[in-house]
Amino acid sequence: MEARADVTTPPRAGRVPAWVLGAVPLALIAIALGAFALLGGPGLGERRGPPVEELAVERTVLEPGRIDLTVRNDGPDEVTLAQVIVNDGFADFSTTDRELAHLDTAKVSINYHWVEGNAYELQLLTSTGATIAHEIPVAVQTPDTDLGFYGLMGLLGFYVGIVPVTLGMLWLPFVRRIDPRWVRVLMALTVGLLAFLAIDATLEGIDVAAEGSQALGGASLVFLGGLTSYLVLSGVEAWLQGRRRKAPADVGGAHVAMLVAIAIGLHNLGEGLAIGSAYAVGALALGAFLVIGFALHNTTEGLAIVAPVAQRPPSLRRLALFGLIAGAPAILGAWIGASAFNASLAAFLLGAGAGAIVQVVQQLAPSIRDHTGRMLNPASVAGILAGFAVLYVTSLLISL
Amino acid sequence: MLAALAPALGAGAVARLGGVDLGAAPARAEQHQHGAPTAPDTHGHGTVPDHPGFQAGARVDHAANGFHPTELLRDFDHGRTRRLASGRTMRQWELIAVDKEIEVAPGVKFPAWTYNGRIPAPTLRAREGERLRIRFGNGSEHPHTVHFHGIHPAAMDGVPGIGAGVIAPGKSVTYEFDAEPFGLHLYHCHVTPLAEHIARGMYGAFIVDPREPRPDADELVMVMNGFDTNFDLSNEVYAVNTVGFAYMDEPVRVRRNQLVRIYLVNVLEFDPINSLHIHANFFHYYPTGTSLEPVEYTDTIMQCQGQRGILELRFPHEGQFMFHAHQSEFAQLGWMGLFEVVA
Repeated sequence: MEARADVTTPPRAGRVPAWVLGAVPLALIAIALGAFALLGGPGLGERRGPPVEELAVERTVLEPGRIDLTVRNDGPDEVTLAQVIVNDGFADFSTTDRELAHLDTAKVSINYHWVEGNAYELQLLTSTGATIAHEIPVAVQTPDTDLGFYGLMGLLGFYVGIVPVTLGMLWLPFVRRIDPRWVRVLMALTVGLLAFLAIDATLEGIDVAAEGSQALGGASLVFLGGLTSYLVLSGVEAWLQGRRRKAPADVGGAHVAMLVAIAIGLHNLGEGLAIGSAYAVGALALGAFLVIGFALHNTTEGLAIVAPVAQRPPSLRRLALFGLIAGAPAILGAWIGASAFNASLAAFLLGAGAGAIVQVVQQLAPSIRDHTGRMLNPASVAGILAGFAVLYVTSLLISL
Repeated sequence: MLAALAPALGAGAVARLGGVDLGAAPARAEQHQHGAPTAPDTHGHGTVPDHPGFQAGARVDHAANGFHPTELLRDFDHGRTRRLASGRTMRQWELIAVDKEIEVAPGVKFPAWTYNGRIPAPTLRAREGERLRIRFGNGSEHPHTVHFHGIHPAAMDGVPGIGAGVIAPGKSVTYEFDAEPFGLHLYHCHVTPLAEHIARGMYGAFIVDPREPRPDADELVMVMNGFDTNFDLSNEVYAVNTVGFAYMDEPVRVRRNQLVRIYLVNVLEFDPINSLHIHANFFHYYPTGTSLEPVEYTDTIMQCQGQRGILELRFPHEGQFMFHAHQSEFAQLGWMGLFEVVA
């Protein structure tokens, strides 16, 4: 009875501003947690077992006579770095911070006359005697990040990003002239290309994440990045549709092309990251073959952008903008990858690329329906498979 | 395609240490001052190391360890003696097993098991033919024994299942036997797992002097050991007398042309052999010290675990002379020191 009376009575809380009602539980939580912490977790007792010590080496820089590591405490307990062993010998070092709390980072600068081409096994010895191993497979001096270096990375990004994508977009006149049925096949080809890129980016992201800090998320960052970009692009898409309803319907597939360009741009950002970081650790020979491989590979991305606008091609300026959006991130990626590579960030960005692609594939999907409305018809399946095949074959040319 | 890049991307590494039941006293929270030399750095090594060593300026807190490697060198424990009715000498010692944290490299604490709180354990020194009585009390959380190398009855062998067998925590036992043969021996815990009971620090030198004493000399004890600080069955730190590079930071002082006698024992666990090389000099080597005639005149000798021998040499030149394991890995991981020869 009382309960019913409560329901029917006008809410007494109406006199109190809503935000106060929202803030009260927050404040109580803060007070409770504060008291709990101050009292040292009453009733929980001492922790059992020795401390769990984990360090992730996030970055390795080799300078003449010096090896610099950026380490992050990846574990729950504080880690005190005591000594450093390089290839079975103690080494002199300095560090910005010897005692690392959870997620703290420190730079460890090791005095060591390393030799180019040698492999080195580093062991960070903690105060409890635990060792954290870090391998340098091939020692190569880390390039100085001066203007010339940024120029070189920019040129590389230009070669593998902007040039091939723009060249690929030159298929537009051809796409315009062919039969609409063939356009559907081309769209299916685009879907195939994109699906391949999404799978590739996801796998690579998971690989990269394994090398970064696990405490910061590890492989889950890939999926977090994917979901984030998928949702953001869906939001953008909804916003574009809203605008289109107000404006005269002259944009056609342009907004789809824009989304494809953004997705491919995110993908190329990841590609640039990989190229830049490989170059920084000396694992990349900047040869003509590499550039040719990437160029062939990325040319198909240009086709993916223009296929949706075959019916109503947008202005040249707009096309150029698409090319830039899709290709230029390769330059940015190369810069970041070579100068400030961070595995956790790279994993997130690669995931974001994959998520963007999924969103775009969803946009493109209706355009591959045949007259019966079936999405997976013989023509579209052939197109998708052809897309896989094209990227698989061209990826073989990229022997990183 | 880009997955092929993975090994090149930062090549990070994460190691996890868990599940190590140390059973020893919990880690002391205090951390000694890093970089503040506790032993006087009389030789003024600069900040750039010109020889292998730990982080420049970092020193072990010997006071916290309770022993100093330089003092261990010449620390011989003759025990308490009394004359028996038969006219023989009865020599007695007391050994207590203690779990204790030992700093084996600057900033690196090892949860050790010790006799009398030090590694190596006291160098017990007797004379051939004496009656020896060693009372062993187990103050550790783990079962232990004391097993002596020498000639003695089975019940006095300090191994599980024979005589008093394993000595449980809180229990004690007295081992009694004759000091024979003369030579350089050792003693250690013999409870399984053997490798762990030895590698945790339960060992010491045991010297039986011949009836006719050896010639007067500056006598040094060097126990070659190592520490598996991460319990992966291989050593992270190598040393003589426990603290890595201790005699690099504080060289062993000897007099020019004086006879130097080194009692060298190898107890290194996990590695099959150990070795010693002395720079710019040669020594006479008496394996196990059981003969008064040297068998070799050399500058490098090799010992497996439990092997030991006496070295005799004179330094004709003043200055600093290195000595180290002639296994570069051991040398660079701490087993390296200096003699400083003075007039």
